[in-house]
Amino acid sequence: MIRINCPYCGERDHSEFSYGGDATINYPSLDASEKEWTEAIFFRKNIKGFQFETWHHSNGCRMWLVVERSTVTHEIKSVKPCHPDLQRVVENNK
Amino acid sequence: MTKFNAWNVIKNGLNGQSYWTRQWRDPEPKSSYDVVIIGGGLHGLATAYYLAKNHNIKNVAVLEKGWIGGGNAGRNTTIVRSNYMMPGNHEFYEHSLKLWENLSHELNYNVMFSQRAHVSLFHSPGAKDSVSRIYNIMRLHGTDAELWDLKTLKKNIPHLNYHNSRFPILGAAVQKRAGNARHDAVAWGYARAADTLGVDILQNCEVTGFTRKNGNIESIETSRGIIKGKKIGFAVAGNTSVLWQMAELGNLPIESHKLQAFVSEAVKPLLDQVVVYGVGGAHFYISQSDKGSMVFGGDLDWYKSYAQRGNLPMVQDVAEAAMAIFPSLGRIRLLRHWAGVMDMTMDGSFFICKTPISNLYLNAGWNYGGFKASPASGWYFADLIANESPHNYVQNHNLERFEKGINIDERGAGPDPKLHG
Repeated sequence: MIRINCPYCGERDHSEFSYGGDATINYPSLDASEKEWTEAIFFRKNIKGFQFETWHHSNGCRMWLVVERSTVTHEIKSVKPCHPDLQRVVENNK
Repeated sequence: MTKFNAWNVIKNGLNGQSYWTRQWRDPEPKSSYDVVIIGGGLHGLATAYYLAKNHNIKNVAVLEKGWIGGGNAGRNTTIVRSNYMMPGNHEFYEHSLKLWENLSHELNYNVMFSQRAHVSLFHSPGAKDSVSRIYNIMRLHGTDAELWDLKTLKKNIPHLNYHNSRFPILGAAVQKRAGNARHDAVAWGYARAADTLGVDILQNCEVTGFTRKNGNIESIETSRGIIKGKKIGFAVAGNTSVLWQMAELGNLPIESHKLQAFVSEAVKPLLDQVVVYGVGGAHFYISQSDKGSMVFGGDLDWYKSYAQRGNLPMVQDVAEAAMAIFPSLGRIRLLRHWAGVMDMTMDGSFFICKTPISNLYLNAGWNYGGFKASPASGWYFADLIANESPHNYVQNHNLERFEKGINIDERGAGPDPKLHG
């Protein structure tokens, strides 16, 4: 079991969460070329090692998180709220 | 290599089994080959075999980081079927099934292919309609497919849980020519047959880098020295992205996920078919091995991973799925469970295609279904490498299909790799 330290709820089993995917995708502007959109929607770095990825606390607070996790050892380095403004609120309340 | 036949079995039986030779050689790498296949799994070995057999290209090496049969070849649930409906996929998997039917004779190696029928349960009128559509498309293409009503199903498999009121079993879609094979034997059979035709199988030979010249890959750096290849094929499902980036080619429409499989202690004959179902968030497939063990599996672990080990929540999920359909398994003990790393693609279909590097060819993206595909995969990948243009069946199985909007999405699940079960 992977344990994810949700900034809102505390440390929980990963079975409470759903895996989203790569958290580093930058979507291009609406008038960008088909090639750029194809790259953003379909193509992935598929990193072997530490990566930033999204998880949804679907059976908890239902907030989206950005987790820095190794795809080899499953070790987690950091967990943050997805939204930068919410990140600020969490930090101000510490 | 001593051929397996009645005469040799009798001769060795009378001589203390002393005249058998090695199954395949353990050669030192040559400095260059006409074709180098990276990845000594079923797909790589099959490709090497068909290059030599169908296209007379015999100066071929297969590079394997570990040992033959130690990767996903030895980590699957050995199901062989061809119940696909999308153009390209259907013909491809049907061709594969036809190759399976003659594989033991073809390779002179008993791959223990058992056409015991693949029984896919349905639990609602909607599911019945949906699967009827797929199986009708199969029949229109000349593939065997039939629907079993509840009475026929009960007669053939009497001990399923027919009293589940939440998800009642209404019947099953059946492909009788489908079944199982012995996974190790397939790897060893292809290795032995390819070796006999002159292919070098280089085990413990890990690729560590590529040297480029004029846009091509000139040579491959490996743990057993530098090897040149006029043409190079990748067949390393699970680690395709790693090798792709080693060749400085950027991103792929692939995520690596792990899929677990389970095997129980051996029991007396209990199940004659492969039984599959997917309903209410559960996904489960089971068959009985020749030793008597129940071999089964379910979904991915649901998060991206390169680790060849499974996580416990999925063990529980699969056990629950087993109990929902097979309550009689309740007291059977699990012997082992393990995980393999899959290339999960953005539309659930595979790649047999050319790449931006003119002497590099790609075989990847097998999702849950690499085992059954291996003969046809080798067949058409060898065809692509030899003839430099893809066969009709795999003409859309390339990296450009996403930009062109011709995804081959059997399940209609959209661009999320983990959803393509």
